[in-house]
Amino acid sequence: MLEIHQLHKSYPIGDSSLHVLKGIDLTVESGEMVAIMGSSGSGKSTLLNIIGMLDEADSGEYILDGLPIKDLTEKKAAVYRNKFLGFIFQSFNLINYKNALENVALPLYYQGMKRKERQELAMFHLEKVGLADWAQHLPKELSGGQNQRVAIARALAANPKLLLADEPTGALDTKTSYEIMEFIQQLNDEGKTILMVTHEEDIANMCKRIVRLRDGVIMEDKKVQQERVSAYV
Amino acid sequence: MFRFLFDRDTWQEVYDSFSKNKLRSVLTMVGVWWGILLLIGLLGSARGVENSFNRLFGSFATNSVFIWGQNTSKPFKGFQEGKRVRLSLSDAKKVEDNIDGIEFVVPRNRNQATVVRNFLSGSFAINGDYPLLDKVQKKKLIYGRFINQNDIDDNKKVAVISEEVYKQLFEKDKNPIGEYIEVNQISFKVIGMFENGNGNMGPSSDIHIPFTTFQQVYNQGDSIGWMMITGKPEYSIEQIETDAKLLLKNLNRIHPEDNRAFGSFNLGKEFAKIKGFLIGMQFLTWFVGIATLIAGVFAIGNILLITVKERTKEIGVRRALGATPFEIKRQIVLEAVFITLVAGLFGIITGGWILIALDHFFGQGTEAVIVNASVSIAIVFIALIILVILGTLIGLIPAFKATSVKPIQALREE
Ligand SMILES: Nc1ncnc2c1ncn2[C@@H]1O[C@H](COP(=O)(O)OP(=O)(O)OP(=O)(O)O)[C@@H](O)[C@H]1O
Ligand SMILES: [Mg+2]
Repeated sequence: MLEIHQLHKSYPIGDSSLHVLKGIDLTVESGEMVAIMGSSGSGKSTLLNIIGMLDEADSGEYILDGLPIKDLTEKKAAVYRNKFLGFIFQSFNLINYKNALENVALPLYYQGMKRKERQELAMFHLEKVGLADWAQHLPKELSGGQNQRVAIARALAANPKLLLADEPTGALDTKTSYEIMEFIQQLNDEGKTILMVTHEEDIANMCKRIVRLRDGVIMEDKKVQQERVSAYV
Repeated sequence: MFRFLFDRDTWQEVYDSFSKNKLRSVLTMVGVWWGILLLIGLLGSARGVENSFNRLFGSFATNSVFIWGQNTSKPFKGFQEGKRVRLSLSDAKKVEDNIDGIEFVVPRNRNQATVVRNFLSGSFAINGDYPLLDKVQKKKLIYGRFINQNDIDDNKKVAVISEEVYKQLFEKDKNPIGEYIEVNQISFKVIGMFENGNGNMGPSSDIHIPFTTFQQVYNQGDSIGWMMITGKPEYSIEQIETDAKLLLKNLNRIHPEDNRAFGSFNLGKEFAKIKGFLIGMQFLTWFVGIATLIAGVFAIGNILLITVKERTKEIGVRRALGATPFEIKRQIVLEAVFITLVAGLFGIITGGWILIALDHFFGQGTEAVIVNASVSIAIVFIALIILVILGTLIGLIPAFKATSVKPIQALREE
């Protein structure tokens, strides 16, 4: 699904530069569910953003689904993001003046899908996250958990190969976090490849593999026995 | 390429971002609206004032000067000052023969008289005229004809009357041609009637009779009341006036520096003044209108820039979801053009209302200051095209600003 070799990234800070990723090697197979952990500032988000083509690496190789990702123009990156990737953010990042349905339909709009089809498909995904009745509501009328479910529906709408989530439960209480994780597990069961950044051990243990970063390198990379959320409750 | 313009969602997006920032959008539109309103309102009234002057001067050959005799103010060659100056037909002839650049010289006479028809009467100005007058001061005839050479040669007792005279002396809807009116107890046959309101400049002209008839009736001899001199278009009417006056002083034994001996009214000079004023007014209009417009468009650009800055994160999200930079730019430019255009159309409509109102309050009747205040469709069209172009250009700035940051930076924005 995705292969990364010797990925380096540094940020310029004044005259010097901060070397954040110092040679990352990572391979993720299709259908995996990977938690990326590490202390604050260890470069988790940076790695995820490079994988998501929102940011560019300084050097190294990145192959997504057999496609080498390099020298991307903004336009190409946009097309790849739209086709291959779904994003879930900690702060949901829904567009506040669009209702749930419109938010979910947005990636389909950029795919050039016709309005009617798009709305049907968006509705289908909203139903899947259990929010069909809330389709016409604005984000501010929904709870945090509901908003994150809308965001998940949006990430799924374009049927991406890879789902990227940066602390998807970071802004939610434990109960809601588990509900969201249950969803993500379901998606993984259905075959979606998932990469998520998290700080919480219990959330990480709900994945199938944990990658730990420290000082810009992978310190530990292990498969774990997935804890089912359903078993918790 | 332009298919997106027919996509409902494109407009939904424009509407969303517009209604999300309603107050601000409306405020910015005011600038453009006001600019267009000003442009249309001022251009329309300038045109209206011009029309009204044209109506005023319309029937006159504008390159003309009228000269009449007054009293001398300097003694000369044995004559005391205060001598009455009377112009004569031979003076007119000499002016015509000796001054450069003259098109016609029309000698005229005039008297006030009581005019009677049956039991109706009124006091009117009686003018003794040559057929040539029609060349200098075009009459719009409703009935009949103007005086011709035959009338002059035979001293015919015929009269051409104004609509005003007709109204006072004739019953409604009666054809005046062939009817008789009495001027100083002498019967004149009406041969023509002309429209009022055309050629309001200069002395009122109620009734015209043949020059020769006038001479006979009033025992005028060869003296004339005044002469109308029309210059050829390429000659300066002011020069003609100076030359003619000098010649006339010479002929009538008047001191060359006596400035009171002749009175004159230089139509060409007045006309040029007003023309200059009108051109200045139009120039000012364009200047003010376009400056306001540009200011308005800049205001829109500025607001869009702020809006784009505030929407940085949203734009980052859209890009994460697969919006290409081109799609983002296109959307922002479209918003700019849309807002400018809507504001502009609004300005055109309200500008039209203003012109209608002007016409209603100042444009009625023959004395109207503003006649048919209007702007041409071409100008409206050009204004719209300019708006679209300005809107596009001004939209490009925030558009490029919006896509100049990497999506990740945009997303990090709070
Ligand atoms: N655009 C940037 N410019 C400069 N420095 C940056 C930039 N983005 C991130 N950094 C720095 O790079 C380091 C790694 O940041 P990153 O966001 O990847 O950490 P993280 O592991 O996600 O941390 P957290 O758990 O707090 O989210 C941090 O020290 C951060 O300050
Ligand atoms: Mg982070």
